[in-house]
Amino acid sequence: MIDWKSDRSRIHSLVAREDAPINKIGRNEMVSLTINGTVHQVDAEPDTPLLWVIREQIGLTGTKYGCGVAQCGACTVHVDGVATRSCSLPISAVTSEQKIVTIEGLSPDASHPLQKAWLELDVPQCGYCQTGQIMAAAALLQANPSPSDGDIVAEMTNICRCGTYNRIKAAIKLAASENRG
Amino acid sequence: MTAALDVSRRSFLVGSAAAAGGLALGFNIPFTREALAQSAPEINAWVMVRPDETVVVRIGRVEMGQGTLTGLAQLVAEELECDWAKVTTEYPTPGQNVARSRVWGNFQTAGSRGVRDSHDYMRKGGAAARQMLIQAAANEWGVPAGECTVAKGVITHSPSGRTTSYGKVAEAASKLEAPKDVQLKDPKDWTIAGKPVKRLDTAEKLNGSQIYSIDVKRPGMLNAAIKACPVFGGKLKSFDAAQAQGMPGVKKVVAVGDNAVAVVADTWWRAKTALDALPIEWDEGPNAALSSEGIDRMLKEGLTAEQAFVGNQAGDVKAAIAGAAKKVEAEYGFPYQHHATMEPMNATALWTNEKCEVWTATQNAEAALATAVAASGLPIEKCDVYRQNLGGGFGRRATSHDYVRQAVLIAKEMPGTPVKLIWSREEDMLHGHYHPITQAKMVGALDADGNLTGLHMRISGQSILAGVNPQGLQNGRDPATFQGLNPSGTEGVLGYTIPNLLIDHAMRNPPIPPGFWRGVNNNQNALYLECFMDELAQAAGKDPLEFRRKLLVNHPKHLAVLNAVAEKAGWGTPAPQGVYRGLAQHMGYGSYVAACAEVSVGDNGVLKIHRIVAATDCGHAVNPQQIAAQIEGSFAYGLTALLYGEITLKDGKVEQENFDSYQMMRMDEMPAVESIVMPSGDFWGGVGEPTIFVAAPAVLNAIFAATGKRIRSGPLTKADLRKA
Repeated sequence: MIDWKSDRSRIHSLVAREDAPINKIGRNEMVSLTINGTVHQVDAEPDTPLLWVIREQIGLTGTKYGCGVAQCGACTVHVDGVATRSCSLPISAVTSEQKIVTIEGLSPDASHPLQKAWLELDVPQCGYCQTGQIMAAAALLQANPSPSDGDIVAEMTNICRCGTYNRIKAAIKLAASENRG
Repeated sequence: MTAALDVSRRSFLVGSAAAAGGLALGFNIPFTREALAQSAPEINAWVMVRPDETVVVRIGRVEMGQGTLTGLAQLVAEELECDWAKVTTEYPTPGQNVARSRVWGNFQTAGSRGVRDSHDYMRKGGAAARQMLIQAAANEWGVPAGECTVAKGVITHSPSGRTTSYGKVAEAASKLEAPKDVQLKDPKDWTIAGKPVKRLDTAEKLNGSQIYSIDVKRPGMLNAAIKACPVFGGKLKSFDAAQAQGMPGVKKVVAVGDNAVAVVADTWWRAKTALDALPIEWDEGPNAALSSEGIDRMLKEGLTAEQAFVGNQAGDVKAAIAGAAKKVEAEYGFPYQHHATMEPMNATALWTNEKCEVWTATQNAEAALATAVAASGLPIEKCDVYRQNLGGGFGRRATSHDYVRQAVLIAKEMPGTPVKLIWSREEDMLHGHYHPITQAKMVGALDADGNLTGLHMRISGQSILAGVNPQGLQNGRDPATFQGLNPSGTEGVLGYTIPNLLIDHAMRNPPIPPGFWRGVNNNQNALYLECFMDELAQAAGKDPLEFRRKLLVNHPKHLAVLNAVAEKAGWGTPAPQGVYRGLAQHMGYGSYVAACAEVSVGDNGVLKIHRIVAATDCGHAVNPQQIAAQIEGSFAYGLTALLYGEITLKDGKVEQENFDSYQMMRMDEMPAVESIVMPSGDFWGGVGEPTIFVAAPAVLNAIFAATGKRIRSGPLTKADLRKA
């Protein structure tokens, strides 16, 4: 559906869930986060967005900063399998039991069906948004292994300034078909 | 810039080879000047061959998504006759380029120039290296080079059947004199160039391993967040550093130049948090009352002003309009746009009184170096810039390196400590170098038979050159204003032959920093002209395709791309129920482009862009599948501008601060794109920008077909598209 006056509010559904439990953590208290299967002790203020802890404290830079307001999706990671815009999720809203997966942890050797499809179709241009796009697509396929075009465009709201949208859509469909095959 | 370090090639190589650590360099690994010294024999500036047969192609232009890196490597590999599977690429630094008398040429990557202005010297570089490698093998065997052939980097002496490889003879070849003359292949014999090969730089973009400028890490590095005065031309009056200094992680609060303040902290998030808490007073200066309304009045006055610079002129347009059977008039506008690269501006700098090093994303590393030199207070030979991958460029990182200047100024306050400066998205939006604003008054004269006898196109508005490079003006006139409207040349020629013509420009320069924005002045020029052509065709009672065809007879390449899209889209045949078509064509950056858009507009005024057929004649198509990717992406870029793009000003300040108030086209709005890559062979045109020119006018013309409404300025979010 190409609707230039479409309701953008659904984009905000990917922002931090407001009912998430807030840990009462004071300054200088170490925070425990499970990222890509490893438990990390992190020294950060509780309102620090997960994005910046991943990039600066953990040192995983595949998750990108684009806007800081959950609009562009360059910072998309999985929290318990749900595509989440980490720039707007404070670490106080994540428990140590929750499983955070970044692009570096999506597959051990870039062999996720989406990564293979992306390679096959030469999807990226500058590439900056692509890790977030792949993480959003991976959560989509996890929930819906055979998405229709409508399902894809409804879920894939990440911004790409280079305009790789059509190849992204084709790559998701390719990965979905290979998953089935 | 070149005088300071005029080191001969050989002595520079010897000196740097001595410092080499045998480090294998990927183009995306941050490197220092010493580390960039050769890890493999250098055949010439363009080609190094490692003992394992890896061919390293060194590239002066920069990759920002457009595929230049792969395309240029294809051209070198084609002439080199190496194994494409063993090709990798690397960026030399601007410091090296200066030291070697600019052997890699111009680093500027703008104007869709990557391939079209570099193909000749890079192909010759590949061909020369091939000859030297073959000669080295021939010398080793004591046979004439003419008896040797090469395929995929394997050299064969045909009479004896002996073989060797590039990797084995590279060391010997590197000591040979370069040949004076080289013969280039006929493009019809290409086997690597001209083919839809995969990009060289995809794999690392899929698993988070690609390092962009914002990802740079240096030992002991600190991070900085910055705020510059939000009013253009304003200054920093005061700030209360004590408010930020006690906050977690904060190391220092520094004034940056005369208009900005930065907080340096252990992490960027802590720097930003402290900066947000920092009380700052600005002296907003003379532009504090500037508004979009004021700018609009300024431009409106220019539409009818007496004085204007002439861009293209023929016959007597006044007489033609006065004597017209039918006069058609319309006013158009094109608002300010922001580049909005996905990666905000950033740079990492390390300053001591002995050297200044910068790691950054730039479309012109030599300009970035010049900026770093000026800010550092050090001589050029003590400075260098290490190019990092760009998370988008679109012109923002081409001319203004304000972020490099700031990073160096901050680093100077912390000698010996690398500091990474990252602009927040808000800082990036407020301190752009914006696509200039213009308006146009179009007046056309039709005779009794509906022929176009005269056209006056008055452009009023901002000159980019006047803002970024006033020396480039020609007696005050900005020739770039007339992109795509020129009477002759190879860059951007008006395709229509109109007996009485005047295209002129009343330069009006609001105090907003302008910049080159992907497509530049072609964007609005194509919109004005191609939408008005539709208006003229309608007034003449003619089909928009037929009306254009008649005027394009003297420019067959313009005509050919238009015909190609019309044929493929099925112009003249019924479109699906409720779907309407619109056409546009334009020439710019050496290439000919056309588009046919298919849209529908619901009773509620909701636009749907279904399909766009687009054609490009770029002369030689080095990588057709990457050209198709550029064509597709150009619609996302050009249609984002049409649907949403508008930077407005209030109280001297940009009103849009992030992607929530400056929207982007997303996947749900992206039309199907069918591209026709139709290289006609005798010239080299660009592909990174041209399709953008026709995106908006093709859709606007289709909207008229659907609704009967002429929308003459963007963004469409402001327009009521319900049927008239």
